[in-house]
Amino acid sequence: MTTQSWPVQRRKVLRDATGIGLAVGTYGLSYGALATTSGLSVLQTCALSVLTFTGGSQFALVGVLGSGGSAASGVATALLLGSRNTLYGLRLAPTLQVRGARRAVAAHLTIDESTAMAVAQDDNQSARLAFWATGLAVFVFWNVATLLGAVGATALGDPKALGLDAAVGAAFLALLWPRLRDRGAWVVALLGASVALALTPLVSPGLPILAAGVVAVAVGLRIPAVAQPAQGGGAT
Amino acid sequence: MIWAAVLVTSAGCYLAKLAGLSVPERYLDSPRVRAVAALIPVALLAALAAVQTFASGQSLVLDARAAGLAFAFVALLLRAPFLVVVVGAAAVAALLRAVG
Repeated sequence: MTTQSWPVQRRKVLRDATGIGLAVGTYGLSYGALATTSGLSVLQTCALSVLTFTGGSQFALVGVLGSGGSAASGVATALLLGSRNTLYGLRLAPTLQVRGARRAVAAHLTIDESTAMAVAQDDNQSARLAFWATGLAVFVFWNVATLLGAVGATALGDPKALGLDAAVGAAFLALLWPRLRDRGAWVVALLGASVALALTPLVSPGLPILAAGVVAVAVGLRIPAVAQPAQGGGAT
Repeated sequence: MIWAAVLVTSAGCYLAKLAGLSVPERYLDSPRVRAVAALIPVALLAALAAVQTFASGQSLVLDARAAGLAFAFVALLLRAPFLVVVVGAAAVAALLRAVG
C-alpha cells in the first residue's frame, strides 16, 4: 500500500532508476576497459554490452578469454552466471504481464537491477514502472560507459603497467560482495575459489571456474535452506 | 573465435532471460532451484576473482595483483563505490610494479 500520490511516487521511481543507471555506468567503464585489455576489439566489447546485457556474464567471458581459457569454457561460465536471470523472469512475469513484442523487450532488460527495483515496490503499477525505467536507464548508461571505457583503455597503453590485470580480480570481488550476506555464501565462495585454484595447474584455463560452478550446484542441492535468490546490487 | 563466443553468449543469455518470463512459474520455482541459482554466481565470481589474481596461465603466482585484491577487499569492507575499488586495485598494483 502506498501512501503517496502517483505523480510523487512516479517521480521517485524515475529518480531512483536514473541513479542506479549512473552507478551501473561506473561498472560499464571498467568492463569496457578490461574487455579491450583482454583482447576484444572495441566493436566486440560494445556488441557484448548491447546484445548480452548482463554484466556478470560479460565480465566472466572476458576474464576467461583474457586468462587464456578456451572460447567454449568462457561461454559456459558466462551462461552459467546468466542463468540467474531466468529466476528473475519467473518472479517478474506475474507483475509485468507482458506478451509478444513487449515480452521480447522485457526479457532483454531482465537483470539484477531492474528485478531488484521492481520487487522493492509496494504495488504493481510502481513495480512495472520501476522495471522498465531501471532496465532502460541501465541499458543506456551501461552501453555508453562501455564505449567510453573501451576507447579510453585502448588509448591508455600498456595494461600491465597500469595495473589493469589487478583490476579484473578486484572487479569480480566487487561483483561478489553484495552476495556474501550469510555464512553459507561465504563458505561457497571460499570453496569455489579453493577448488578453482587447486585445479588451475591441472586442467586448461577456464575449466577451474566451471568446476567451482559445479561445486555451487552440489552444495545448493544438498542444503536448499542456505540461500535466497540474490536481489540487490552486484552484477548487472 | 571471439565473435562466435560473443554471439553464442548473447543468444544463450537472452534465451535464459526469455525462458523466465515465458515458462509457467511452477516448473522452476522450487526452493532447491532457487538455492542453486543463488549459489552459482557466488561460486563463479569467487573463483574468477581468485584465478584472475593468483593464476598466470596454468601456474599459481603471488604478484602485484594480490596486493590489488587486498586493497579491493579493504575498500569493500569500508563500503567504497565500485569504481574506487577497481581503480584503487589497479593503482596499487601499478605502484608496486613501478617501485619493484
